[in-house]
Amino acid sequence: MTDHAADILVVGAGPAGMSAAVRAAELGRSVILLDENPAPGGQIWRGPTDEARPWIERANAAGVRTLPSSSLVQPLSRGAHLASTPTGPVRLAANVTILATGSRELFLPFPGWDLPGIFGVGALQALAKSGYDLAGKNILVAGSGPLLLAVSAWLREHGANVLAIAEQADPAQIRRFALSMVRWPSKIRQALALKFALLGIPYWTGSWPVRAEGDTRLRSVVLADGLREMKVQCDILACGFGLVPETHLASALGCPVSAGVVQTDEFGKTGVEGVYAAGELTGIGGHEKSLVQGQIAGLAAAGREDLARELLPSLAKAKVFAERLAETFRLRRELRALPAHDTIVCRCEDVVWSRVKANASWREAKIQTRCGMGPCQGRICGPAVSFLTGWEVADARPPISPASVSTLLASTEEMETS
Amino acid sequence: MPDDRVPILVDGQPFEAPRDASAAVAAMLALGPDLRASVTGRPRGPLCGMGVCHECRLTIDGVPHQRSCLIPVKPGMSIETNRPQPPATVQTDPATTEVPPP
Repeated sequence: MTDHAADILVVGAGPAGMSAAVRAAELGRSVILLDENPAPGGQIWRGPTDEARPWIERANAAGVRTLPSSSLVQPLSRGAHLASTPTGPVRLAANVTILATGSRELFLPFPGWDLPGIFGVGALQALAKSGYDLAGKNILVAGSGPLLLAVSAWLREHGANVLAIAEQADPAQIRRFALSMVRWPSKIRQALALKFALLGIPYWTGSWPVRAEGDTRLRSVVLADGLREMKVQCDILACGFGLVPETHLASALGCPVSAGVVQTDEFGKTGVEGVYAAGELTGIGGHEKSLVQGQIAGLAAAGREDLARELLPSLAKAKVFAERLAETFRLRRELRALPAHDTIVCRCEDVVWSRVKANASWREAKIQTRCGMGPCQGRICGPAVSFLTGWEVADARPPISPASVSTLLASTEEMETS
Repeated sequence: MPDDRVPILVDGQPFEAPRDASAAVAAMLALGPDLRASVTGRPRGPLCGMGVCHECRLTIDGVPHQRSCLIPVKPGMSIETNRPQPPATVQTDPATTEVPPP
């Protein structure tokens, strides 16, 4: 098995990982930056956008070694990890590991939500950036959060016919949020106030999907607002209810995870020696928070807490904004009543809601029904079931990412020889 | 063929995919979003677009269960879908989704 060693290993090449790698490498540390995607930039940037380019150029200039299309499969011993890369299994060794695994979208089950043609909101943008031509497609956007607005504007600019945005949050909450945005001159404010108003896409607050209909594909979506129902014919539903911190790797490394987020000190230290965390996995707050946290972790991991400290006021400001976001887009209780008894909850194993809810815990549901036991390891149904039932849902065990048997065999050999 | 297209095979049929396409996108452009059948035969397609949900897994160049949304197309790439056989069997009865004991 190939060996790669560096002072610092960064997992995830989004804003947090990229900025951590840059700041550490610019201080002369050797840095490996690993990401599952072929292009750097994470889900928010996905490649060299105007915002990402300076960071990518700095990473190259500072000699950051990148491992694209690669996944961290499992920890081996302290500071060493097994990764799967396009050229085979690799052993990565580093004194410090910075986790910047980001977040994924929250999907909530409702009748018909598993029909082809229903994507996540960020997902649809990601697929469009990977060449999915949406020109002339009738798209309904639904769910919750500022991502709905940003992606709708982006889709419209790229020729899609965005029919409407159904935001589950209360109109009053959204108005308060919009007013408070004056204090945060950010991208999200731009999406809310500018593009969005100019584009004139209907924004239905206090509205959510209750049913999707179709045959082998989506044909229509039924929205509700608590009083009435309305059917919308569409080709595509982009639907996401916010973001879930991606904590599986952090859990596998023994980092404390509480209320779904990795716990760190102000510099990103997790409590496990030599392991830092930065960005969305420490709490959803957007890419501006991630950029600050990544830099702080990168500087601190390189031994320059004095420089990191200078960024702490920016971090405090970003965290206030994150709290405001969470409050505004809190999910309404009506969404817990969305799945019918025969609605698929676990898409990997096709487990329906009536079977899941017959159990007393996530563990029992897994054992009795195989809910969360398929290839995604509960990454999709776990957070949904947690929202629906209030159960605590444990993170996946290694292998953290799907790996070939040959890769896993490489890890056994590694353990036998060490 | 224009420079911005890449010749590939989708279920054995020639298809010109955009150069920047992922395998998942190429297959959807060729056939629509319904690319595979779930374990009980329900039609499914890509969901998360970022390698988390595994709903886009296809056979690529003979290797099964590849997360096609993470894999860029290459000239000559062969993508095999796993679409439900018509008529699509849509099973929603809990009894039919019972998994037999090992």
